[in-house]
Amino acid sequence: MRLINLSPSKPLAAVLGLLPFIVLLLIYLNASDARLAENPNDKLLPGLTAMVDSVQRLGFTEDVRSGDYLLWSDTQASLKRLATGLGVSAGLALMVGILLGTLPYFRALAGPIVAAISMVPPMAILPILFIVFGLGELSKVVLIVIGTAPVMIRDMAQRVLDMPREQFIKLQTLGGNSWHLMLRVVLPQLLPRLLAALRLSLGAAWLFLIAAEAIASTDGLGYRIFLVRRYLAMDVILPYVVWITLLAWLMDIGLRVLSRKMFPWFHGQQEGEA
Amino acid sequence: MKLIEVKQVGKQYGDNIVLERLDFSVEAGEFCTMVGTSGCGKTTFLRMLLGEETPSRGQILLDGKPLPDEPGEDRGVVFQRYSVFPHLTVVDNVMLGAELKSSRWIGKSFGARREVIRREAKELLDAVGLGHALSRYPAELSGGMQQRLAIAQALIMKPRVLLLDEPFGALDPGIRADMHHLVLKLWRETGVTVFMITHDLKEGFSLGTRLMVFDKIRRDAQAPNAYGATITYDLPLKHADQSTQDSIASEVAQTSMLLAGAK
Repeated sequence: MRLINLSPSKPLAAVLGLLPFIVLLLIYLNASDARLAENPNDKLLPGLTAMVDSVQRLGFTEDVRSGDYLLWSDTQASLKRLATGLGVSAGLALMVGILLGTLPYFRALAGPIVAAISMVPPMAILPILFIVFGLGELSKVVLIVIGTAPVMIRDMAQRVLDMPREQFIKLQTLGGNSWHLMLRVVLPQLLPRLLAALRLSLGAAWLFLIAAEAIASTDGLGYRIFLVRRYLAMDVILPYVVWITLLAWLMDIGLRVLSRKMFPWFHGQQEGEA
Repeated sequence: MKLIEVKQVGKQYGDNIVLERLDFSVEAGEFCTMVGTSGCGKTTFLRMLLGEETPSRGQILLDGKPLPDEPGEDRGVVFQRYSVFPHLTVVDNVMLGAELKSSRWIGKSFGARREVIRREAKELLDAVGLGHALSRYPAELSGGMQQRLAIAQALIMKPRVLLLDEPFGALDPGIRADMHHLVLKLWRETGVTVFMITHDLKEGFSLGTRLMVFDKIRRDAQAPNAYGATITYDLPLKHADQSTQDSIASEVAQTSMLLAGAK
């Protein structure tokens, strides 16, 4: 049989999917053992026990100085920034995207400036944000918004333009005006697409969050990683990276499940077309 | 009473003349089928009736007044595809028009008002044979059921004119026959004036009270777009005999070959 016609059974697919993770873990443990055998104080590839100790210390014992459980307070601070930033971006994307997609006059007015702003590299204006908004929470949230909103706005506007024109005509023959079109036809059809856009923006949002926290912050996951870098504390950095990855993955799954629950018509339609 | 008057209407896009010298009128309650090969302006004419396009020359009157330049609730439409809203269930799709009318600001109704609209929508859906599928989404319906839904959705507005743009073009022959019965039944019951485009000459002859053939009278092989199409036959359907049908078929085929050669 041709390779393209062979597909694994479900349990086999699960095993195959796990395989690279296990291989990666084994390679790491081997390398770590080898280095630790040579020098028990090696910091570069800490063993599992060292990492478990760190997690124990950061996650389940009070910090002597602040009385916080650092892993959780860092997580809370980071997630709050991430959620605020993405929330603002999503709101902007919906509003501006709908206006751009439905009103030719608004598109003529705002289309070019949105396109131009989306080309500005957000990291290049991070110093400006720190100067204008100070080193507090605001500048970090604004960085996430600037980094994710323009792309989402343009995506939403394009999704509106992709909707069949027949729908726009049909609504008018049902007595609907421009506002009705936005509210009853465009907005509800855009919501599942917004969730999809959010999923795609998660990576960028985390990137800008960690960058902002690395440069100016007193808490947060990115702050902690860059703080302990000075002591080569790989036993802290590695679990933090794994934790961030896990959080991002869970958000992605959460958004997907939410979309399937809330918009069955959207997913039924996609499968029908596929 | 003249419902629609088309006065010396022509349409062109740049140098491409699509339609020229359309001049006729339609009484309330007529069922006009429009046939012709693709590229002969049937859809363009329908779009002008809809208000999506404006004539380059001449004007179209509805009830003696010029047609507005945008679609409105007095003219319902069913397209070949995409006529219904994928995010609304069957009953919500039909209720939409009535809901928009009842609530200017949010376009959604609640409570007793909603119940009245829902009952009305249900009656219409029963009439088109979708009474059993109220809470399904359009993606779960077959092509024929989607077109039934689109017809019910348009009829809740009680439009003066119903415009059908090849509504059954994508359907299987058997289902198509069912749809013909349905459309004729609804047309008799509501008295709405129908314009229907079809590719299928036989469909054009068997449905309706009046057949209009869109065709090019002047064909120039060097410049196929130099002359527009117009209405070459405008027949009350009772009098159409087989020889007329045959000569129309051969003329339409000639234009079709000319246009295909030009591409």
